[in-house]
Amino acid sequence: MNWFAVRSIYGFEMARFWRTALQSIVAPVIATSLYFVVFGAAIGSRVASVEGVSYGAFIVPGLIMLSLLTQSIANASFGIYFPRFAGTIYEILSAPVSPLEIVLGYAGAAASKSILIGLIILATSALFVPLRIEHPVFMVVFLLLTAVTFSLFGFLIGLWADGFEKLQLVPLLVVTPLTFLGGSFYSIEMLPPFWRVVSLANPVVYLISGFRWAFFGRSDVSVGVSFGMAFLFLALCLAGVTWIFRTGYRLKS
Amino acid sequence: MQPIISITNLSKVYGTGLKALTDINLDIAKGEIFALLGPNGAGKTTLISIVCGIVTASEGRILADGHDITKDYRAARSLIGLVPQELTTDAFETVWATTSFSRGLFGLKPDPAHIERVLRDLSLWDKKDSRIMTLSGGMKRRVLIAKALSHEPKILFLDEPTAGVDVALRQDMWRLVRGLRAKGVTIILTTHYIDEAEEMADRVGVIRKGEIILVEDKVELMRKLGKKQLTLQLDAPLGQVPSALAAHHLELSGDGRELVYTYDTKGDAGLTVLLADLAAADIRFRDLHTSQSSLEDIFVDLVKERA
Repeated sequence: MNWFAVRSIYGFEMARFWRTALQSIVAPVIATSLYFVVFGAAIGSRVASVEGVSYGAFIVPGLIMLSLLTQSIANASFGIYFPRFAGTIYEILSAPVSPLEIVLGYAGAAASKSILIGLIILATSALFVPLRIEHPVFMVVFLLLTAVTFSLFGFLIGLWADGFEKLQLVPLLVVTPLTFLGGSFYSIEMLPPFWRVVSLANPVVYLISGFRWAFFGRSDVSVGVSFGMAFLFLALCLAGVTWIFRTGYRLKS
Repeated sequence: MQPIISITNLSKVYGTGLKALTDINLDIAKGEIFALLGPNGAGKTTLISIVCGIVTASEGRILADGHDITKDYRAARSLIGLVPQELTTDAFETVWATTSFSRGLFGLKPDPAHIERVLRDLSLWDKKDSRIMTLSGGMKRRVLIAKALSHEPKILFLDEPTAGVDVALRQDMWRLVRGLRAKGVTIILTTHYIDEAEEMADRVGVIRKGEIILVEDKVELMRKLGKKQLTLQLDAPLGQVPSALAAHHLELSGDGRELVYTYDTKGDAGLTVLLADLAAADIRFRDLHTSQSSLEDIFVDLVKERA
């Protein structure tokens, strides 16, 4: 195992994160604060509680998950796409590194960044609403699982994209709508029966539901199913990355 | 002696159907400077890219110091440094960061003293904290070399290393390459500047349309294929070459004042006979000079011949 290479890729990616700290850290904090102002003040004042949890606190897991998904995908996809775009990928391809080490470096850094942002959002939320975490271990496991899975997904997007437009296509047109419709700001129990069934086809529902369970002990779907879906998506992403490195798709001619 | 790079029956056909390389067989000796010459699109960069692991071969086998570049890629790639043709750099990174990154990528522990030495050798030390985007083209080229040298390669590929750089930098690079060779590094360079190959290389390979058409020791190549010309400036102009000198195939200049004799560089006895025949024909000359064909002339002839 070439640990120095993993450390180099990881450190290089994290350095970029710190170099753009204003954009990386301050922007999510401001966005979270705005969500609390808009949703907390405008809607929260009309909704006393959801499943026994104040509305302000209820949306916290969804907000963290929203950032976790979008940041994991954005960081990982940009991390691998930019060297392809700039041509510096030649160095990665000609170095004595295995596909696993490359993924560990890039996806590991992307997951670390999104987890950091998730924790910052959690801390920011605590300034606005009283929080409790009933299952902290599961909260951490869910956080890690989701960050790693979606970083791998972002890595796949970064390898698949052949332009900046495609890089934004999946996050903007697929992931963000699914996250908003996945129960970030409401419980799917609040939906009419038809839409409740339709929502179950949205994989993000299971992630948000499971994550919310870790906080408040309440979930829209069973926790076991949530974990199962998270692991299934992780397996799919791992299979996709393995296939790309085996075939050299978009990497080698 | 076992070659440090051994290429056997290598072929490459791209997905588009383009046949880039056909049955390449080539051995590179340890410690030599090998110049790979060829016109644009001949397959030079494809060949280098396959050896370095950037492009996948369709057929064939490559060993780097005995390590198969596919099956034993870690050991093989650890030995190889690559300076690519394009100025592909991490524009927003500093010189120090990008050079240190390269060392780590090749599995070596951080060694600030080595990085400093490399940057100083390449006159980059005072730019170590500069972002690459602020550097000139020549400086960026140095950064690419610094990255390749950061992991102390035993084999260094230089793909058009002096393309677009000024004369001073070119001289610096030549010095650097000689210094590396003195330390035992094997260097394979592609270049469009034939004088560069003539100046630097121990051996020369010519590739055309994906096929190696010649591999030869540079001195031997110039001896075998090189030509010399003797130009005599005559005392009195001639109307035509006298029939007594017909055997020498001389060329007479338009004004009849110069006779040009072309001969090969293998040590031609005809020169002595020519001078004797000139004296016998009472043709006197007031000056003479000789010229020798360059590697560039030989290269152009070779590529033309096979076209």
